Amino acid sequence: MNPLVLWFHKLGSPPYFYRLAGRLLPWLWGLAAIGIAAGLYGGLVLAPPDYQQSDAFRIIYIHVPSAWMSLFIYFFMAVNGFIALVWRIKLSEILAMAAAPVGAAFTFICLATGSLWGKPMWGTWWTWDARLTSELVLLFLYLGVIGLYHAIEDRRQAARAAAFLALIGIVNLPIVHFSVKWWNTLHQGSTVKLFGPSLIDSRMLWPLLIMAVATKFAFAASLLSRARVDLLELESGKDWARQIALAEETSA
Amino acid sequence: MSEFFAMGGYGAYVWGSLAVFFVVLGIDAAAPLVKRRRVLRELRGRLKRAQKRNEESA
Repeated sequence: MNPLVLWFHKLGSPPYFYRLAGRLLPWLWGLAAIGIAAGLYGGLVLAPPDYQQSDAFRIIYIHVPSAWMSLFIYFFMAVNGFIALVWRIKLSEILAMAAAPVGAAFTFICLATGSLWGKPMWGTWWTWDARLTSELVLLFLYLGVIGLYHAIEDRRQAARAAAFLALIGIVNLPIVHFSVKWWNTLHQGSTVKLFGPSLIDSRMLWPLLIMAVATKFAFAASLLSRARVDLLELESGKDWARQIALAEETSA
Repeated sequence: MSEFFAMGGYGAYVWGSLAVFFVVLGIDAAAPLVKRRRVLRELRGRLKRAQKRNEESA
């Protein structure tokens, strides 16, 4: 067999994944911490104040990366949910369900910081416009997936039911993304564009991009940290899990 | 320095956002560590009980 396929099969083996994730975790957390420190230093200290919003615009360095993560993690969760439903791969079930609370956390940060930004700039903490409402629906979708997963006794059935819900909820992603184009809204349109030039000074842009990468590392770290504990719980009857439990006891 | 903390009068909003970010991500990072301790404790408990049963029946 080709070595890449072979590695993929190995990755699906719970004890191998557990060990690999354990080795990667300190690096992922480290890169996330360095990135967040550098991004926030660039955003809060080095970037010049905005000509309209003065220093209030600096909330962008928390708000926008969190908003990007809320969509990115949902997509990740839905893709893993799809793999779990079609090919019944245990690791995909675990990854989809481990992603949900991290996604909910970033969605909450996005909504809360958006509120803190809206108050001084728009004069209101909240308004029921398209972008804000669809992002709130995204939070409810995450909470629905988490709730459904915990409501069903059998772990694997629960994961598949919740993965199905996650898959249906994917219709909300384009609604969130295009809401500022499709409807009149208080929320501004995209400043940073993947295609075409961004409407932002480079001194303001680079810290934002560093924060975007750093939050990806934070997500990866939290995801692996959650996935390996969930695997340990799911496989607690297996020999490898017993060995880890006993090894921890002698070292503790 | 105090000018930096004032953030042009928007200090409460900017530092509030930062606090939300770190508190929520801190809880997110701690949750799996807490769960890991619980899972391992329960697993060890189960192993001990199984061992005891084996000794009694032997």
